[in-house]
Amino acid sequence: MAAPLTLTVNLVARFPNSVSADARPGYSGFIVTKESLTEVATAIRDEFGYDLLTAVIAVDYINENKMEVVYHAYKTTGGPGLVFKVQVERVDPIEVPSLVEIWAGADFQEREAWDLHGIKFIGHPDLRRILMWEGFDGHPLRKDWKEAFYEEDTKPFKSRWPDGQFYMAESKNPFKDNINFPKDFDPDTLIVDKEEDLYSSLERHSTKDDDGLKTDHIVVNMGPHHPSTHGVLRVALTLDGETIVGLKPVMGYLHRNHDKIGERNTYLQIIPYTDRLDYFNSMSNNFGYAITVEKLMKIAVAERAEYIRVIMAELTRIQNHLVFAGTLLNDLGAMYTPSIYAFEERELILDIFEEVSGARMMCNYFRFGGVVRDIPDHVMQKIKDLVFERLPAKTDEMERFLNENEILVARLKGVHVLSAEDAVRYSVTGPVLRAAGVPYDIRRADPYSVYDRFDFDVAVRYNCDMLDNYLIRFDEIRQSIRILEQAIKQIPQGPINSQKPAYQVRVPAGEAYGRVESPKGELGFYIISNGKPNPWRYHVRPASFVNMTALEKMCLGTKIADFIALLGMLDIVMGELDR
Amino acid sequence: MFGKGILKGLSVTWKRFWDTYLEDISWMLRGKKRYYTEEGIKHRSSADTKGIFTIQYPEEQLILPEEARYLPFLVYNVDAEGKKEVLCTSCGICAKVCPPQCIWIVRSNDPVTGRPVPEPTEFYIDGDICMNCGFCAEYCPFDAIKMDHDFAIASYGRNVLNMEKLLKPSSYYEGIRPQNFAREEEARKAKEAAKAAKAEAAASAAPTA
Ligand code: SF4
Ligand code: SF4
Repeated sequence: MAAPLTLTVNLVARFPNSVSADARPGYSGFIVTKESLTEVATAIRDEFGYDLLTAVIAVDYINENKMEVVYHAYKTTGGPGLVFKVQVERVDPIEVPSLVEIWAGADFQEREAWDLHGIKFIGHPDLRRILMWEGFDGHPLRKDWKEAFYEEDTKPFKSRWPDGQFYMAESKNPFKDNINFPKDFDPDTLIVDKEEDLYSSLERHSTKDDDGLKTDHIVVNMGPHHPSTHGVLRVALTLDGETIVGLKPVMGYLHRNHDKIGERNTYLQIIPYTDRLDYFNSMSNNFGYAITVEKLMKIAVAERAEYIRVIMAELTRIQNHLVFAGTLLNDLGAMYTPSIYAFEERELILDIFEEVSGARMMCNYFRFGGVVRDIPDHVMQKIKDLVFERLPAKTDEMERFLNENEILVARLKGVHVLSAEDAVRYSVTGPVLRAAGVPYDIRRADPYSVYDRFDFDVAVRYNCDMLDNYLIRFDEIRQSIRILEQAIKQIPQGPINSQKPAYQVRVPAGEAYGRVESPKGELGFYIISNGKPNPWRYHVRPASFVNMTALEKMCLGTKIADFIALLGMLDIVMGELDR
Repeated sequence: MFGKGILKGLSVTWKRFWDTYLEDISWMLRGKKRYYTEEGIKHRSSADTKGIFTIQYPEEQLILPEEARYLPFLVYNVDAEGKKEVLCTSCGICAKVCPPQCIWIVRSNDPVTGRPVPEPTEFYIDGDICMNCGFCAEYCPFDAIKMDHDFAIASYGRNVLNMEKLLKPSSYYEGIRPQNFAREEEARKAKEAAKAAKAEAAASAAPTA
């Protein structure tokens, strides 16, 4: 099936001495030696045309005493990806050459691998922790690292049944129980010291004033408590007058190590946790996770369930984009009215989610092989009313309401976001990439589920400015409505799950990377199974997080007043960004 | 013309503003109440809604769909003599499937034989850790644990629910989830009938053997 496809590229023939095919059962791709990684990566980008590096994932093979970094590269013209890996011995310092020079989009992901796995990327321009705080001791995703409140390596915990002892989590004192502090830990010096790292990383952008006037750059911290950062995000900016000359996002305020939680969970237990990634779009999160595990299990999805999934995913996209427009206008100062109008449609869509899944936001609706519940007839009627009548009319109304508004147009038009080259280089996906003129949509480029059966256009705009970034969401809403119309007409009768309900699933050993076009971009899941009830490695490649890599590039040289709008364009959600 | 876009936009707000009053008047003329009635709330959350959209919580409340889920509860039947019959058999599946592992069950043993008996001695759910996923209800083989509709559960302390707080009668379950209840009853009756038929067949087959 999907596995041998990557081997259509003959990397081994090109680099016989440094590349070998990954021959482990259930695995695919190539293993590249550490020394030639940069050379091979350059060839992959320039000779083979894999211009979009979507994922950089570290894996701890503690039993084999190895660390592995897995790279997934794709072509923006579509088609399957190319997976290449580099393996190093698991002895500190673990060093791997950085690929930031080749794909700038590797920046944050390499920092994440350093932070959580302790892999040093040689040549990385700014290798600091990214999700944990500076001064944190240890690398939490290593298999021998134990969290506070640690009970057992895997769930279900044995203490719960048959003679469950009741205790509250906080009764285990975290300051006595397996929390590690670095040697000579002193909170006062810690904060001063380590913040300097951040500010000094900003300094490289300082410009010399050549008019002889002595001017100081000021550092402004936006957030973590700022109404326009969409949650707890902090951005440290250096300003020259009103112009941004340096910018560093500081994240991790909402970090909970979703990956580690996932590795403790059984496969089924992860589904409700994925809801909490991008909490606006729990259906798409479920979707990405479900197709990845199904790939590993090599099972087919019930035909009716495929359509139900598409219907839910597209409804999700519509409400996400409407809310995007509403909150963006909030950020721009058009307080409340647009967002309330947007929320009206969102509420109606959430009503549907609640009726089928039981919850408005934390849907937990997908199961391996299908979905949990069928759509009842009266809900189907509601969906039809929305899709065929209300949503098209309301999208028109929303467009009439704002899209020609001179103030809005003046504010958005001509403010450059990202050029096509930069967007690809920085691994940006989703609407921002498409508004830069690259028609790359996974639903078309590398179709999953039943998307290949629908007739729709990939929305694309070419001006790379904020207005196009804004308008493209409306184009996408219209395309989603088109897909929905077809899906509702074509949906067959039948069972909604190809599998028997089971709370333990058997997942054969191997690796799988599944990705979906979530409303915010490429949402990928990378799972390694070793045949046990819990995944060995579970990694989320969140669109918000990787898209943030480009924020600095987007904002340098613009005015501080545009910063909020530019950040709004990325449509980030902290639950997914910080994980 | 400069300003056309703004005017266009304002016409939308203007229309929305009047929609509320027009709706109110049309409901009034039909002699119906748009606010504080079930009909009105239903209409305001349907695809035909126009004008003001909000529900005045807590005076008004959205009508929960049957599948809505908050915290789980345990179901018991009341038998002919009025005795509680707890459906849970302490099989432990819900405790195993629960993602945040917030269910604790103490299985009971028969004081005489020492063998495990179905009904649990204690059953705890840490309501503050529960993520309302619904897995426990979905995978319980005995329909003994179900998801509640009661969402007004804010409190000052920790909500650790024990058996006493968790147990609710099956009539309550029937009230909040009539369709699910009917479906499960039907399945149970069918199963019992099949069992009885089998027993009968075995009984009638026995003498000849
Ligand atoms: S509630 Fe259901 S799943 Fe849980 S122990 Fe009781 S019978 Fe088993
Ligand atoms: S609803 Fe989910 S989290 Fe809550 S007790 Fe049941 S299985 Fe556990």
